[in-house]
Amino acid sequence: MADVVLKNIKKSFGNVDVIKGVDLDIKDGEFTVFVGPSGCGKSTLLRMIAGLEDISDGDMFIGDTRVNTVAPKDRGVAMVFQSYAIFPHMTVRENIGFGLTIAKTPKAEKDAKVAEAARILQMEHLLDRRPSQLSGGQRQRVAIGRAITRKPEVFLFDEPLSNLDAALRMDMRMEIGKLHQQLGATMIYVTHDQVEAMTLADKIVVLKDGAVMQAGAPMDLYHNPDNLFVAGFLGAPSMNFLIVDVIALTDDHAHVHSPVLGDITIATKGRQFTVGQQATLGLRPQHLSYVEATTAQLSGHVTLTERLGSETVINATLSDGTTLIAAIAEDQEFRVGAEIGLRFDTTKAHLFPELPTTTGAAH
Amino acid sequence: MAQQKSLTQSNVSGWAFALPGFGLMVAFIILPFFFAIWFSLTNQRLISPNPPSFMGLSNYVDLLSIGTIVLEPERDATGAVIRDNAGDITYPRLRNFTRNNPDYPHLQGMREWFGWQTGPNDELRRVILAKDVVFMRALKNTFTFVIIVAPLQAGLALMLALLINQKLRGINVYRAIYFMPVVISIVVVAFLWRLIYDGNNGLLNNILGALSFGWFEPVDWLGQPSTALGSIIAMSIWQAVGFHMVIWLSGLQTISPTLYEAAELEGSSKWQTFRYVTWPGLRNTAVLILIVITMQAFGLFAQVDVMTNGGPLDSTQTIVFQAIERGYGKQDISGGSAISVILFLIVLSISMIQRYLTRERNT
Ligand SMILES: Nc1ncnc2c1ncn2[C@@H]1O[C@H](COP(=O)(O)OP(=O)(O)OP(=O)(O)O)[C@@H](O)[C@H]1O
Ligand SMILES: [Mg+2]
Repeated sequence: MADVVLKNIKKSFGNVDVIKGVDLDIKDGEFTVFVGPSGCGKSTLLRMIAGLEDISDGDMFIGDTRVNTVAPKDRGVAMVFQSYAIFPHMTVRENIGFGLTIAKTPKAEKDAKVAEAARILQMEHLLDRRPSQLSGGQRQRVAIGRAITRKPEVFLFDEPLSNLDAALRMDMRMEIGKLHQQLGATMIYVTHDQVEAMTLADKIVVLKDGAVMQAGAPMDLYHNPDNLFVAGFLGAPSMNFLIVDVIALTDDHAHVHSPVLGDITIATKGRQFTVGQQATLGLRPQHLSYVEATTAQLSGHVTLTERLGSETVINATLSDGTTLIAAIAEDQEFRVGAEIGLRFDTTKAHLFPELPTTTGAAH
Repeated sequence: MAQQKSLTQSNVSGWAFALPGFGLMVAFIILPFFFAIWFSLTNQRLISPNPPSFMGLSNYVDLLSIGTIVLEPERDATGAVIRDNAGDITYPRLRNFTRNNPDYPHLQGMREWFGWQTGPNDELRRVILAKDVVFMRALKNTFTFVIIVAPLQAGLALMLALLINQKLRGINVYRAIYFMPVVISIVVVAFLWRLIYDGNNGLLNNILGALSFGWFEPVDWLGQPSTALGSIIAMSIWQAVGFHMVIWLSGLQTISPTLYEAAELEGSSKWQTFRYVTWPGLRNTAVLILIVITMQAFGLFAQVDVMTNGGPLDSTQTIVFQAIERGYGKQDISGGSAISVILFLIVLSISMIQRYLTRERNT
């Protein structure tokens, strides 16, 4: 049984602080996904859990043990790397059994465990091949096989699928999901891919600049982002942001105004605002619907359309020059340059006290 | 543009550009190679008023002929073995067999190379004779040199490379130190080592004397047959070890660091990491280094020329030294060429054997 608990974990390389105090509580058997922009410290955090990087400050527990100074092999973790990290001169069988060879496990036991892992990953027929004779997906499966034979309490994955093509990635994603159900082990998974994060995770941890922005169930994060960063980071296309002025406040609602929108009332969801401040209104593209100009809350003209068949993505420029993205859930033809009216459900809009930075991850 | 095209497509100008380089290669590499083969089949001399004549393989026969004879001890009238004053058995003189003896035409002109006692009571003496004893010694010395230098130099260089391949402050200083002997001319190095090996006041004798509190008797390292070749071997290994260290280093740096991390996670010991990760990753480098060292070692000349001139008692004769001594010292170009061709064939066949033994085995 292995929870993974991080208490105020910090990491510096020289005088560069890369991880700036992360608190996390990962339950036993939970599938946790780390997401965040490139360079935010996902890999570093994962490697600290694995024991490949020293912990500069804070406490880390796996199970009931404080593992700060425990050697990687004694932490009960196994790691799967983006570059596979399988040994090119060994057969698949030798690669999968590598940890057992190192531990000088008797041959019969080793063969049984390798066979078991191969069965789980459906690659019995590949056991005598060498990595050069495998496809990318098969190679990654070998790496996962090597992790399985260790019977680890915690699996660590660092972007395991990003070297694979889209179709294969989907297959492997499902296999990893299945594997999690089958083994019931704690898994921590780093990815750039939102779909992987949303579909696999019990818990998503959004990181930015070495700090946790929000952690929680995928739908929680999607529907109730804590802050502008999480709101803009999750969801595709990303959330639209409009700058508004707060003109009045009630207990749990704010009246806001914007030249392109007029006045509306939005739930504050416990966030603190002051009258007169500027705030950011967040609208998911999927929540914008296309309406007649007379009933429109927002109007502009179409600058770009993308017809995907299942939905139509429209870029519209409002009168003040802001660009909005709307995802209409049906196939529809829009002429570039045409006037368009949009409406949204105010209960599904978000209001954040902070303003988007021009270089933010929102777009 | 059009001009450029005609330039790259025109055969004539292509050849014109290639000609200087190609001509030099022909003049200095290809022609001498065939000249050497041709000269070795004639009686060409360096300077001679007479035109050379074709001699077939007689140069090779002169170099490589060996024979053997069993000598009966000399006996007195009663049939007892005659012994000399020191109690050693006396044998008929070899020249009785090798000089115009019609019963032993195959031994004509040969000299004793080495021999040993044999038969009942060790009374018989088997003698191995060679037409060119000096060349035989040169062959034996060169092979001894190669067999000792190749593994020791390669192994030592690998050890240094492993030590150097760490992220430590100031490690580059060590790199430079180990590489220094390589950039100094071998002739200079050999001169310096002649001082180190000096029999009276040499550095080596002084150090050994000091370390053993005067108990060590000074040795004339280069002046006696039992130590001369060993001394040259030690110095040669020292001189070029840095060069091979650099080749090993470049091999080490091609091994992906994630492979080491994967091994570390499995709890691989230092030795296991070397055996399962490092060494297999160095396969091609190892083949390269072995071939390069072997070829260099067969070319042993400068050290011998500077330090011992082939002596004492031919104990440091080598193939190349002989080739040059014949060709230029004795003006016997044909004999020198024949030795070069023999050396070429030896190196060629050894390289091919090495390549065969270390070939990529695909299962
Ligand atoms: N060994 C190191 N020395 C110095 N800085 C490092 C080192 N390793 C990582 N960093 C820095 O730490 C930060 C976080 O790196 P990390 O690899 O964890 O990012 P990441 O979130 O995994 O990014 P990506 O999504 O691109 O893989 C980066 O700014 C990186 O430059
Ligand atoms: Mg990373």
